[in-house]
Amino acid sequence: MGLYAYDTRDIPKTKRIDKLVDHLYAKMPEIESARAMLVTESYQQTEQEPLIIRRAKAFAHILEHIPIIIRDLELIVGSTTIAPRGCQTYPEFSFAWLEAEFDTVESRLADPFYISEQTKKEIKEANAYWHGKTTSELATAYMESETLRAMEHNMFTPGNYFYNGIGHVSVQYDVVLAVGFGGIKERAIKELETIHLGDANYQKKSRFLEAIQISCDAAINYAKRYASLALEEAEKCADQVRKLELLEIAKNCVHVPEKGATNFYEACQSFWFVQQLIQIESSGHSISPGRFDQYMYPYYKEDLEKGTLTKEFAQELLDCVWVKLNDLNKCRDAVSAEGFAGYSLFQNLIVGGQNEEGLDVTNDLSFMCIQASGHVFLPQPSLSVRVWSGTPHVFLIKAAELTRTGIGLPAYYNDEVVIPSLLSRGLTLEDARDYCIIGCVEPQKAGKTDGWHDAAFFNMCRPLELTFQNGQDKGVQVGPKTGEVSAMTTFEQFYDAYKVQTEYAISLLVNANNAIDVAHAERCPLPFLSAMIDDCMVRGKSVQEGGAVYNFTGPQGFGVANMADSLYVIQKLVFDEKKITLQELKEILDVNYGKGLNADGVADIVTKVAIEMSTAGRQVGEAEIALILQNIIDMSQSSEVQAKGSRILEWIAQVPKFGNDIEEVDAFARDVAYTYTRPLLNYKNPRGGIFQAGLYPVSANVPMGAQTGATPDGRLAYTPLADGVSPSAGADTNGPTAAANSVAKLDHYIASNGTLFNQKFHPTALEGKTGLDNFVGLIRSFFDQKGSHMQFNVVDKTTLLDAQKNPEQYKHLVVRVAGYSALFVTLSKSLQDDIIGRTEQGV
Amino acid sequence: MDDLNTKGRIFDIQRYSIHDGYGIRTIVFLKGCYLRCRWCSNPESQEWEIQSMLIHGKPKLIGQDVTVAEVMETVKRDRPYYRRTGGGLTLSGGEALAQPEFALALLRAARDSNINTALESTAYADFATIEKLLPYLDQYLLDIKHMSAQKHKEYIGESNELILENAKKIVDSGLTEVSIRIPVIPGFNDTPLEINEIGTFAKNLGGVKRIHLLPYHRLGQDKYEGLNRPYLMVGTLPPSREKMEALLAIAIQSSGLECQIGG
Repeated sequence: MGLYAYDTRDIPKTKRIDKLVDHLYAKMPEIESARAMLVTESYQQTEQEPLIIRRAKAFAHILEHIPIIIRDLELIVGSTTIAPRGCQTYPEFSFAWLEAEFDTVESRLADPFYISEQTKKEIKEANAYWHGKTTSELATAYMESETLRAMEHNMFTPGNYFYNGIGHVSVQYDVVLAVGFGGIKERAIKELETIHLGDANYQKKSRFLEAIQISCDAAINYAKRYASLALEEAEKCADQVRKLELLEIAKNCVHVPEKGATNFYEACQSFWFVQQLIQIESSGHSISPGRFDQYMYPYYKEDLEKGTLTKEFAQELLDCVWVKLNDLNKCRDAVSAEGFAGYSLFQNLIVGGQNEEGLDVTNDLSFMCIQASGHVFLPQPSLSVRVWSGTPHVFLIKAAELTRTGIGLPAYYNDEVVIPSLLSRGLTLEDARDYCIIGCVEPQKAGKTDGWHDAAFFNMCRPLELTFQNGQDKGVQVGPKTGEVSAMTTFEQFYDAYKVQTEYAISLLVNANNAIDVAHAERCPLPFLSAMIDDCMVRGKSVQEGGAVYNFTGPQGFGVANMADSLYVIQKLVFDEKKITLQELKEILDVNYGKGLNADGVADIVTKVAIEMSTAGRQVGEAEIALILQNIIDMSQSSEVQAKGSRILEWIAQVPKFGNDIEEVDAFARDVAYTYTRPLLNYKNPRGGIFQAGLYPVSANVPMGAQTGATPDGRLAYTPLADGVSPSAGADTNGPTAAANSVAKLDHYIASNGTLFNQKFHPTALEGKTGLDNFVGLIRSFFDQKGSHMQFNVVDKTTLLDAQKNPEQYKHLVVRVAGYSALFVTLSKSLQDDIIGRTEQGV
Repeated sequence: MDDLNTKGRIFDIQRYSIHDGYGIRTIVFLKGCYLRCRWCSNPESQEWEIQSMLIHGKPKLIGQDVTVAEVMETVKRDRPYYRRTGGGLTLSGGEALAQPEFALALLRAARDSNINTALESTAYADFATIEKLLPYLDQYLLDIKHMSAQKHKEYIGESNELILENAKKIVDSGLTEVSIRIPVIPGFNDTPLEINEIGTFAKNLGGVKRIHLLPYHRLGQDKYEGLNRPYLMVGTLPPSREKMEALLAIAIQSSGLECQIGG
């Protein structure tokens, strides 16, 4: 039994919500220039001052002058841009990419943004100031040459923090709700009284505490600008109902976030200013509201008991907050935009689970948050649900109903893995039990942690490619010389070489991450954020300088399934069955199994051959290049090569794959995941914390797959890598339980920065009450086996149409009808069309 | 007798089955059937012989001889799911009763492992055969397709007397929970009168737990082509939702039992 009673009933959506959503999505999002101009203006005025003060003053300057707007019908106010879903820019982190992409950002496929000529001009003028001053440039200066080379060769990419703020944090929303920024400012003043001007850390600490005060005042004054605007609009408003709403908004904004919230409405507004302003201070994404249903609950409960709030109005306010979470946006560089496709800000909000004492604290708001996601039907917040043995069944049914809509939310997390996993990383039991999720899948204790969770993408298949090439890539020695594969006589020799390549790449990744880490501390400490994270005030330093209680760096590896399948194929075909030698395998991988190379692939080989020739002292001119090129094209597509490639692919297809609950293969997956997760634990970051691995790709498995040649698991060059810890697309043909059993065999505890397991379901699997019961049973059973995370795509018509075109990717889709046995892809087109029709009707 | 070494012939094992008994189940499809329902969606199940079927133009051998131990190895893998959902093993086919020793050994092995058991069956066999299974069976999903002996023989190849007698005996045994399953086939048994008759029969059995109305679907059609057999149901459309709802109302009214559309 949990701590609270809860109401499970559906609460209807108001018309306001549809209108707010329609307004938000009426146009393509737009880039605005106000922040870039204001931050630059402020920096120009504060050149002589300590950095932390400059940061605070810049924040205050932005908040004092950035244009503000109250959108029609809004109940919760605070917009970072005038245009709905617009974004500001953050030149202090990086800017060169944006200028380079000014003319393509509107027409690109992944997350396009409109930008006017005037805006381009203004941003460009502001950017001029920042040459040589960005975190990105400083980070580069801190990196070793081999690190930069490895990045050029796509061994890993720390692009996220290299170009942007860090983000990936959940702050003390509860403290702001309770005492307001006025209260936080008081704390800073009190802390200042504890130090003496002769103390060794006086300079740093006093200026830091002063910066916090400036930042708190900035937030308070920003809210008051909204109060004035609301009053002005109320005066002009002819509609009496709206007029009263605007007056209420004005009242709220006078009171919060300066003071503690006195009711649920104020709490919602206060929450929103925190959420919005953190994302004005820095461009870091994954600013995660965390346990919203917990810290908001006291305000909700009190109002309900006093009779001053109805559940219907509470729901409308939640829905309004949900809409606002989609009003924020971020323009990323073209490559990153593909990696994080969908304009996502990964504002993770988690409901349910246990409190510090281990009691289940599911409450009304836990249900209403799920309801809100169903109402607005938008990607933000990234809604998550905590699951443990004490989680009420009805609560998971409510969550499963949302999953069934096909929205891809919520994600499910296993308390029984996450809590012990965090304990093993040094959190106290109370803090571990109170975890929330950041961004995609990364657990942390809110308000005490700088998790640096999304530190880099590490493509586990790239060291494999280097193993085949004796450490070379495009003719350049990128990794150690681990020997020619032709000379390797045992599987262990090959695998050891892979581990050497991986460990070297990991050391460079750490070098890159720590360089970026230092650059952020030296150039962009964030006083506003730091005001809401313990123990920054006591330590007298910002989050970026190591002020948080818990510090981590969490780069994520992906391609586990590809690596497991590849190694198993090598073990079976090369060493057990001796059907093919490692050298033959290398040769056929070089030519993508005879299935054709793209221009880059051909260019890579040409470069490689040219470098080899010139190293050997031979002349390489245009004529030679043309000849090499012709040879490669001929060789890679000869009928002989094609036939051989097809034969080898058939052999590979016969080798069992990860995701089918086969012990021997799954053991490879478990082991190969360790080749990434274990070495990382040996490293520390400049903030005094350790590295911890995640195993998830966001959506980078697609663009990074495009940079990866053919792999021994039969994956063709340039195609996507496996998603998270999920089996390769189409490899799991024994159904969802078998796939889940395989995935559960990985060590999810050691990947304490999170793992991601994605399953696709045909909607027939979730039909009716029994469908939902069984679906919940599936999640619980995966979690019984110590899986960490699960999320679901309930396939829609588009997906099924895609399955008709690319059946090899969808071999696992089972059509579930009583007493009948068939996979979707084995049906004829005509029957598939029937099923698609059925899917569309939602039956 | 050594259950685990008992051999039988199956054509598929399907995990995460959710329409064939309680919870998440693993269905073992046994090969061979006494009946020849025209609408059968698993025509590859009917012959005992191992046969070749074309799937997307590629021949695939249908049918595999396995031991109970081999089957149980797979069945046990989903035990965490059974435990959470009340699921377990379902024997389907074909007709499991056509391989009585194998079916018995499977059910007993499941019971030994504390795994819930269900049988999807037409009950077209000697009751002596069925009787042996009942102590090891938690749920019997019993197909009743028509109350007219003549029409039954015409569409299914055999008369229904034995089935109806066995239904009574199975219910009377009190050893297992019985659900009646009616495949609703347009042109065969989809009139209110016909459903009413089956509903009344179910009521009179006195002890049936519920009735499932399973709407006809043509998802087995490809398999007929793959087996080079004519599909006799060409042109038959699945019954509409409205029609199914109407028949559901009749089933409820005539049987007084819990009734549902689908498994």
